[in-house]
Amino acid sequence: MDSEVLIEVTQLSRFYPGKRGIEDRNDHIIAVDNISFTLRRGEILGFLGPNGAGKSTTMKMLTGNLAPSQGRIKIAGIDLMDDPVAAKALVGYLPETPPLYKELTVDEYLYYCARLNRVARPALKQAVQLSKERCGLIEHGKRVINNLSKGYQQRVGIAQAIIHSPDIVILDEPTVGLDPIQMVEIRKLIKELGENHSVMLSSHILPEIQTVCDNVQIINQGKLVFSASIEQLNQQMNTLTLRMSCSAEVDIKQLEQLAGIQSIEQDNQSLLIQGQADQLNNHENQSAIINLSQQIIALAIDNHWGLYEIYPVKRTLEEIFMSLTCVEPDLAALDQGDTDD
Amino acid sequence: MIKIIALRELKSLFLSPLAWTMLAITQLILCYQFLSQLETYLQIQAKLSVLEDSPGITDLVIAPLLGGAAILLLLIVPLLTMRLISEEQKNQTLPLLFSAPVSMTEIILGKYFGILAFLIILIAMISLMPLSLLLGTAIDLGQLAAAILGLFLLLASFTAAGLYISTLSRQPAIAAVSSFGLLLFLWIINWASSTNAAQIEGRNVLVWFSLLNHFEPLLKGVFSSADIAYYMLFICLFLVLGIRRLERLRLPH
Repeated sequence: MDSEVLIEVTQLSRFYPGKRGIEDRNDHIIAVDNISFTLRRGEILGFLGPNGAGKSTTMKMLTGNLAPSQGRIKIAGIDLMDDPVAAKALVGYLPETPPLYKELTVDEYLYYCARLNRVARPALKQAVQLSKERCGLIEHGKRVINNLSKGYQQRVGIAQAIIHSPDIVILDEPTVGLDPIQMVEIRKLIKELGENHSVMLSSHILPEIQTVCDNVQIINQGKLVFSASIEQLNQQMNTLTLRMSCSAEVDIKQLEQLAGIQSIEQDNQSLLIQGQADQLNNHENQSAIINLSQQIIALAIDNHWGLYEIYPVKRTLEEIFMSLTCVEPDLAALDQGDTDD
Repeated sequence: MIKIIALRELKSLFLSPLAWTMLAITQLILCYQFLSQLETYLQIQAKLSVLEDSPGITDLVIAPLLGGAAILLLLIVPLLTMRLISEEQKNQTLPLLFSAPVSMTEIILGKYFGILAFLIILIAMISLMPLSLLLGTAIDLGQLAAAILGLFLLLASFTAAGLYISTLSRQPAIAAVSSFGLLLFLWIINWASSTNAAQIEGRNVLVWFSLLNHFEPLLKGVFSSADIAYYMLFICLFLVLGIRRLERLRLPH
């Protein structure tokens, strides 16, 4: 990817003074610890992490709501500290709690937001209309925000963030409180936004990140612990385990004679076959597994085992997430999770 | 940008019953005061006409009316300013302003002028009462103008102080009580000098700090640039404090 870098964060930290005051550096509570990353045009970046990991703090710093303790933030080449007004004009932000003036109607509120974000007067009406259209609020323009449901208030929050078609849209848990249909719509919207803008979103819902984002970052205790593209993430999910289910009795001895099998486990109705990781390259290991499964299928057909199911077991994003964020992952629980599939 | 924020502030005020109630109550109470003062004046008018260089209706009805308005608004302005920043903090709507391409100065000034616009409406309505006397008699328009200017500057000072206090707390009620306390204290700070010890040099400083002390000459129609300067300094001080405080909200604390 060689498109324009829209956000450049270098060694960003934010700490709060502890009980001993601002002078004592060892006593600081660290919310964000030395984070660096970039966001390019047309990229959708997912930000994952447990509660209190520093996701919201990072987003607040990117949007100028909090001043960083250390480090620099550049928005499209403009330093957020040096020229905050010019930098902020390029960013749309939806905080965790949508910043709504609940006594206004949706139209009044969006007009205000558009003007606040310096949308030129002739373009005002169009900007509000487009933003309402994108967020499915066309029929709700005349309603007072306070009377809208939580999901619709969330939509107004998103509409507010994209009203001035900013280059960068930062959404802090945008799908919280939405019903499944709305969620799908908002995800579609985020995908759309990602075509011309850059989007950064945080979420607790892992499949959401998987379907929407191009890149994923996992943050834990203020540190960036994982940063990769979705393809790389998908590769991480591959394991060397096959699960097969047969309706007839399987002769395990015969199966064990196949090359490349490390172990075979009986699990309820099915067998878990662990392949050998003899190649260093993950990709080659994968082709070895495919090769193995073809041999097993052939064997099953020859011996009339009644094979009706065989597939490679995948690690879920949850498991990767857990193994990265937990200091000592509960392996037993993870194995349990595996067999529950 | 300041205008946009100010207009929204004004609009929000009129969307809630608060502004309407305030306008109604102030008008009602001051009306009562105005009428009763007018009646007293009519009763003593005959005696006054005998006196040489006697005070006119402007001194006896209009000045006390605007003086009363000042005290009433001392109670009311903190209720108007309490919500300015603290409510935004409480409802977590400040990120909207902070992430928009708007400077802290513009936010504070926008909010300030929004309330000021409301107070101008209020003053205009109060001024209608003295002006209605024009139907029956002549009044000292110069003195009235000075008094109205005084009331305006006084209220502008109240608002600046209230706005600053509102940045300090997340609870509107605390902001209201604190700004009321501050304003009342600045109002009565000259009491210390009204005793026999008034001659002591230091006490005169307290007199100079009193909000009331600079308002009274204007009520009498005495226009002194020192009084105007006092109010201007007062307003600037609290607005700058407010801007600084808003900046600080973003810093580690």
